[in-house]
Amino acid sequence: MKNSLNRNIPEFINGIGKIAPFTGAWNKLKKGWMDEITISPPNKAKLPHQKKLTETLKEAIIKTSPKNGMTVSFHHHLRNGDFILVEAIKTLAGLGIKNITLASSSLNNSHSELIKYIKDGTITKIWTSGIRGELGKAISKGIMENPVVIHSHGGRVRAIHTGKISIDLCIIAASAADEEGNATGAVGKSAFGSLGYARIDSRYSKQVIVVTDNLVEFPCFPLSIQQNFVDYVVKVDSIGDPTKIASGTTRITKSPMDLRIAKLAADVIEKSGYFKNGFSFQVGAGGASLAVAKFIREKMLRKEIKGSFLLGGVTSYGVDMLNEGLFKTIFDVQSFDAQVSSSLYNNKNHIEISASLYANPYNCGCMTNKLDIVVLGALEVDIDFNVNVLTGSQGYLRGASGGHCDTASGAELTVVVCPSFRGRISTINKRVDTIVTPGESVDVIVTERGICVNPINVELEQELIKTGLNVRKIEDLQKEVEEIVGTPKPIEKTDKIVALIEYRDGTAIDVVRQLKAIE
Amino acid sequence: MKQKRRTMLYIPGNNPAMLIHGGTYGADSLLLDLEDSVALEQKDSARILVKNVLKNINFYDAEVCVRINHLDTPFGMEDLKEIIPLKPDAIRYPKTETIEDLKRLVTVMEEIEDQHEISHDEIKIHIMIETALGVQNVFEIAKLCHRLDAITIGGQDLTADMNIKSTKDGSGIDLARKMIVMAAKANKIDAIDTVFVDIDDEEGLRKETEKSKNLGFTGKAVINPRQIDIVHEVYTPTEQEIRKAYKIYKEFKKKRTEGIGVFAVDGKMVDAPVVARAKYTLELAHINLQEI
Repeated sequence: MKNSLNRNIPEFINGIGKIAPFTGAWNKLKKGWMDEITISPPNKAKLPHQKKLTETLKEAIIKTSPKNGMTVSFHHHLRNGDFILVEAIKTLAGLGIKNITLASSSLNNSHSELIKYIKDGTITKIWTSGIRGELGKAISKGIMENPVVIHSHGGRVRAIHTGKISIDLCIIAASAADEEGNATGAVGKSAFGSLGYARIDSRYSKQVIVVTDNLVEFPCFPLSIQQNFVDYVVKVDSIGDPTKIASGTTRITKSPMDLRIAKLAADVIEKSGYFKNGFSFQVGAGGASLAVAKFIREKMLRKEIKGSFLLGGVTSYGVDMLNEGLFKTIFDVQSFDAQVSSSLYNNKNHIEISASLYANPYNCGCMTNKLDIVVLGALEVDIDFNVNVLTGSQGYLRGASGGHCDTASGAELTVVVCPSFRGRISTINKRVDTIVTPGESVDVIVTERGICVNPINVELEQELIKTGLNVRKIEDLQKEVEEIVGTPKPIEKTDKIVALIEYRDGTAIDVVRQLKAIE
Repeated sequence: MKQKRRTMLYIPGNNPAMLIHGGTYGADSLLLDLEDSVALEQKDSARILVKNVLKNINFYDAEVCVRINHLDTPFGMEDLKEIIPLKPDAIRYPKTETIEDLKRLVTVMEEIEDQHEISHDEIKIHIMIETALGVQNVFEIAKLCHRLDAITIGGQDLTADMNIKSTKDGSGIDLARKMIVMAAKANKIDAIDTVFVDIDDEEGLRKETEKSKNLGFTGKAVINPRQIDIVHEVYTPTEQEIRKAYKIYKEFKKKRTEGIGVFAVDGKMVDAPVVARAKYTLELAHINLQEI
């Protein structure tokens, strides 16, 4: 069957079940309630003063009575420095557990060792928001029998609430915890900031293990994870590599191209009508999108504009803007550098939020719904403004859905920034390889060669043209770039589906097919 | 309206990525360089690359100039033969020291233009003054021909020629800067200041650009796209300056119809030079004088 974006979607996928096609960015939400069942958090019990501390991770895992076919969840707040996820899977494999469904909020370069456990049948299903590195390559080549499900950050919460992801064991790495399992990522030698993605898992998982390398005297503060949801606590030597968990300070790019694009994006924002007192704002952490914050900061100072809240993935640049009084509050679901952790710990206006409050589409108003302006990156976009942030130019899974479609759906103004081509590969194409964010939720695409406004937003296009900005038709830009870099041959794929891309509401927006082996 | 030249971005002729993206950075003028930024063994390949870029790449609104090698080198003549037929906006001639240097360039250019049926007015000439001898002769050189449209001071070569240290305050080339500006202004052509080499020192660049502007330079050469916005900010009139200029010019037009040449705006005397300055400010701000 075809979904509303004309993508071929199977009606049924082995290991996943019946597939509902994407019908529009806001179509399912219009009713005001959801027909899907809602799962209750499990009922649990502990005797008074019963101890939760165990000597080793293995001991804690054994106490949870692991079984074949179980679902194990993790968060990705340790980024590329994560020691715990692979160690836990290794332990489960050692105990002979098979057919695990891995539900990690994202997977990255530190998880390449999982390939081994996929090949030996320890892991047979994966739900995640992103896959990078060697693991992404291996899955793209078809090492798994069942397709991976890629969800957004908000979509993950929806999947947990509705029982699509039913977590048996949740293992939460924390940079500080007490013997009862109260835990945080805001302090300690491995501090990583917000534990936003783990909070929902701790509440809904049948069993919860907190792993820390910094066991502190009771009570551990702040209570990012609460003791009433935690079964066991383990003290280990190290939860990860601090140099890869949190860099010192996220620096603004020096790339002239990224800076140029960022400046143009900031000009678009300034002239859009949304740049005014009380506006809320989110930017990505990399390249051009973070650099937009630099130019927005300068414009705010010059025009004496004060914002309401910063949302999202938070960098030290955002913390500086909070400290300067440019924004009243930061809502932090994920932190990107060391300075953010200390701000989260010390500043009452820097508030840790769960992924549910951040972006869950199945509630009465997540924070992304209140967002005025978001600036997002892209691996490629197409002339219908659809965005791919997942598969690279060679077709490999090498990115993350993350909060991309959540924030695009919620924000009044969604600005996507990207160079018009990278190396010799065009980023403005007739059709993206994989749709993660539907074009109807994208307002403007900013490249160094021009600004393209989604034709469904006629008023904005007219406003921006009036200001003298270089507004162009996306079809013209696509042709110009094609003339410079040429058209690459299509990526050769088989019919086998290696990943199902869920939109935030749980419908299928696209699939990724297996790459043909190069002879 | 005359082409604005607040910034002139150097792009090495052997750097395909920078050449392809050159027009996207927002510089008023681009300098595709075949001279000092290209190693001897890459002179041919850079020339071929620049030639193809001129044929195929859109530089949008930017002025496109090509800095050729001096005709005394084995590359200068070939540069002109290959580049002139592609009609860049201007040829920049390095190390111009005497009237004879410029005369020779004009003669060679005209010969090539005649072969390709290109008018002698189409391609402008920019020269670089980067030796003490060049500075000494700049007044004579500047008035030699109508095709000469801009003079640039080459600070790095000039300090080397003078055997002095290159300092951030530029004290050693202060006199040269002033002489070059004066020669350019006397002939109603542009004067472009030399590059600021420390690309991470944004405040240093801003200060030096303010100094250049106060001396009378029309703009500044830049070596990194990150320097463009700072130079533009310095050379772009503030809102207050534009409002003041608008008021003066509007009053001037009114008084002109009444036959009055000298008048007062906000209690200050306005005469022809003040009006000329206001007019220049409004032109920099892209304000159409006819509509005032």
